[in-house]
Amino acid sequence: MRLIVPLQGVVQGRGGIILGSIIPCALFYFLQFYLKRHRSLPPTNPTLPSTSSGNLSELQRCSSRANLLPRGSTVRVRVSARASSIAKPNDSPYYIGLDRVREDPYDEMSNPDGVIQLGLSENRLSLDMIEKWLSENLSISMLGLGGDGLGISGIATYQPMDGLMELKVAMAGFMTEVMGRTVSFDPSQVVLTSGATPALEILSFCLADQGNAFLVPAPYYPGFDRDIKWRAGVELIPVHCRSCDNFTLSIAALEQAYNQARKRGQKVRGILISNPSNPVGNLLNKDMLYDLLDFARDLNIHIISDEIFAGSTYGNEEFVSMAEIIDSEDADKDRVHIIYGMSKDFSVPGFRVGVLYSFNENVLAASRKLSRFSSVSTPTQQLLVSVLSDTNFTQEYIKTNKQRIRSMYNLFVAGLRELGLKCTESNEGLYSWVDMSRLISPYSEKGELDLWDKLLNVAKINVTPGSACHCIEPGWFRFCYTTLNEKGIPIVVDRIRKVVERCKPTVLKL
Amino acid sequence: MDQLLSKIAINDGHGENSAFFDGWKAYDSDPYHPTQNPDGVIQMGLAENQLSFDFVEEWVRNNPKASICTEQGANDFRDIAIFQDYHGFPEFRNAVARFMEKVRGNRVRFDPDRIVMSGGATGAQETLAFCLADPGEALLVPTPYYPANDRDLTWRTGIKLLPVICESSNNFKITSSALESAYNKAQESNIKVKGLLLNNPSNPLGTVLDKQTLTESLNFTNNKNIHLICDEIYSATVFSKPDFISIAEIIEENPNCNRELIHIVYSLSKDLGFPGFRVGIIYSYNDSVTNCARKMSSFGLVSTQTQHLIASMLSDEVFLDRFIVESSKRLGNRHSVLVKELARVGIESLKSNAGLYCWMDLRRLLKEFTFEAEMELWRVIVNEVKLNVSPGSSFHCSEPGWFRVCFANMDDETLMVALKRIHKFVIQSKGINVVNEVPNSRKQYRRNNKLEINLSFRRLDGIMMEPHKMSPHSPMSSPLVRART
Repeated sequence: MRLIVPLQGVVQGRGGIILGSIIPCALFYFLQFYLKRHRSLPPTNPTLPSTSSGNLSELQRCSSRANLLPRGSTVRVRVSARASSIAKPNDSPYYIGLDRVREDPYDEMSNPDGVIQLGLSENRLSLDMIEKWLSENLSISMLGLGGDGLGISGIATYQPMDGLMELKVAMAGFMTEVMGRTVSFDPSQVVLTSGATPALEILSFCLADQGNAFLVPAPYYPGFDRDIKWRAGVELIPVHCRSCDNFTLSIAALEQAYNQARKRGQKVRGILISNPSNPVGNLLNKDMLYDLLDFARDLNIHIISDEIFAGSTYGNEEFVSMAEIIDSEDADKDRVHIIYGMSKDFSVPGFRVGVLYSFNENVLAASRKLSRFSSVSTPTQQLLVSVLSDTNFTQEYIKTNKQRIRSMYNLFVAGLRELGLKCTESNEGLYSWVDMSRLISPYSEKGELDLWDKLLNVAKINVTPGSACHCIEPGWFRFCYTTLNEKGIPIVVDRIRKVVERCKPTVLKL
Repeated sequence: MDQLLSKIAINDGHGENSAFFDGWKAYDSDPYHPTQNPDGVIQMGLAENQLSFDFVEEWVRNNPKASICTEQGANDFRDIAIFQDYHGFPEFRNAVARFMEKVRGNRVRFDPDRIVMSGGATGAQETLAFCLADPGEALLVPTPYYPANDRDLTWRTGIKLLPVICESSNNFKITSSALESAYNKAQESNIKVKGLLLNNPSNPLGTVLDKQTLTESLNFTNNKNIHLICDEIYSATVFSKPDFISIAEIIEENPNCNRELIHIVYSLSKDLGFPGFRVGIIYSYNDSVTNCARKMSSFGLVSTQTQHLIASMLSDEVFLDRFIVESSKRLGNRHSVLVKELARVGIESLKSNAGLYCWMDLRRLLKEFTFEAEMELWRVIVNEVKLNVSPGSSFHCSEPGWFRVCFANMDDETLMVALKRIHKFVIQSKGINVVNEVPNSRKQYRRNNKLEINLSFRRLDGIMMEPHKMSPHSPMSSPLVRART
């Protein structure tokens, strides 16, 4: 009571100049200051680990630009709002995992207790084949030197930013081969970029404006959040798939997601599918692809098909590219765009070679110009022209690579079986999508992350938790086994066993 | 279907729908060849350094281990091919840092951990723009400037470029008053300025910035608390005095300045002549920017094969020392041949000591002191004299009559042919009605101009107000057109 009456007078502005005006003003400023301090802590979203991306150790899932730094942030020097959120240390388990591997990498000889990398979808199984080819077919002419070569000026000078025509031809041939020769790719529709990452970003810039959205079946590759949202500012709307359907996409779910987006006032410009899918390892069959095309046509939107794992199939199902669907139907060609690259099927992620393939002339025209920011290094182009032009080798490579992935898959699945763990029936990819939901407690994202933590710090293996992939059901993990050799599988199984035995299965999985 | 595309995909931000594209089209459709097409168009609009390839070839031949395409180097193939860490090879970063130090006479130190890769300097500039400014904000750029800045810095980023006018009366020096005036103009138009972009050595002028200008720029940006981006891509193309001074040196001399505002753009495209390798470098003294740029480098990483080759090459100190000296010498010789021959027919050029080009003064050949006359002259040079040179208006030059001519992207014989053509043209055009008196200030030429409205001002306003729309004077220093097949 003693405080209230004088305060009342102050707040009402009575009490003369000092009490009546200065003190209320002071109170007002203190209130503002207090609010500013509390608003300056940005919302932290648990980010989803990326599996096949590189080493973005600090990727924070950032949504539309509107959510970036609130006012009154305490960043010292004014960088852009974009940069402020991207530069923050990442709390995503995936990138933390990658960092741990970098700091303490497993090595059979020199560091047998290190962290084994199972969280990066790279394929080390068939590099020896390419190495052998190089040693048998080497010539300094790959560097443009010697004999009738143009000299270093042939590769060092400015070249078309969207890639050498020779490489486009070789790449189109390789893609045709990889995708089963059911469709022929046209070199004039190829735009080469330094990796599939910029190819996807370029498509995002071409097909949508800031603030628009793409529908994406979830769980999905976490790198999409970076590639599409960061600079192009396009939103991703997850369309959840469930284990009861074996994580297959349904048109009904797409429709629902589209309608909900419309209600929110979000403009959907396209669907982004990954086929073969990452992280689950499914293939979309022909019927589904036709349905997707119908769906896209009805809504007048685009389809981006990320087919980067097309050559890493080993199951009994045949891979069908979007290009095959379009081949037979002339209409709607303009809405289909395909992403490919050399990082998975051909195991050369370091070389940064990606492909943007489109049937839309306008998209191609814009993409060729935009490729100036992400061109492929010419010596690498020359090297690949040589290798990919040897079609005997590439056919042999593709065949053998698939066999090796299949063997590793079998070994790994057998190992999981020993531990009582199941994974989705998969036909492709460099990874397994494993169900560890009965081992997590509570049955939630927190439980999942606890298990992930144990796997990383106790078992010392880096795997990707499903929450990083926006999976709606907790407890699923992606294990990439193609980074290992055969000897590595039992070691990994033993390590997983350590953790599995510690976890009591939850009584009921709802 | 067109309405299905984004604004970026259909707008003119790429800058290629310009009249100047004619010059490149003309070259492409009729490229000069000494035996097969001796009357073709000679390319003098591309700033490329082809003078020292023999050096590099020799080195590559003598160092087979550096390239994985050789027996000795193939063993490294696996580790190189699979490596996808966006930090890049430490050897690569170290080598680049040491090279940058060497070019600056070892007067400064660069921290390899701050070296961030990008898709050429093109990618570096765009990434910095994404990091430093939000859509609608602006960077100040002294004119005349590299035309592709408009596309690289604004197309996808949504930022604006505002010119800082420099005039021929003082050799296009950047003055404090010009900086202040540009800044104030932005304030008046309610545009937030986030930084100043300097190009040192300058393209298209070929001059190096002196200590005073650099210090003034540093003070200006510090006072306004805005960023300072220094594009030092031509730093090793200096062939005579005065020496190149890097902003890194100025920072050392001004320890109280705010380092977090300083960022350097570099590349191997000009100094070493490797534009095809796509090696762009961002060096920022600001941790947030370094961090953010490094993550964004995923969109433009340098191929590990190239990183490996460059790491070896740039660690060979003996080779580098010889290369830098020899390259400078060759550039210097070329430059003096060109300048001398131009002077013989009365064409002056701006006194320059760096870069791969000359800034020619063709004001005497203009019918009138207007940009229209400049374009007319340019069309004559491209279509009749058959030389693709770049008109000053494409560089946003405030005065008509200046042209950039590149001299390092051809062999000696071709240069001689080009010079002969220039001689012939100038001698012939002495019969044309040309303006004899060169005005020494913009005010004077405005008075000479009979037109009611001063078109040059209108054009500049046009450039300022519509940053996304490329003025019809945008350049074609775009290498896009160099189809090799």
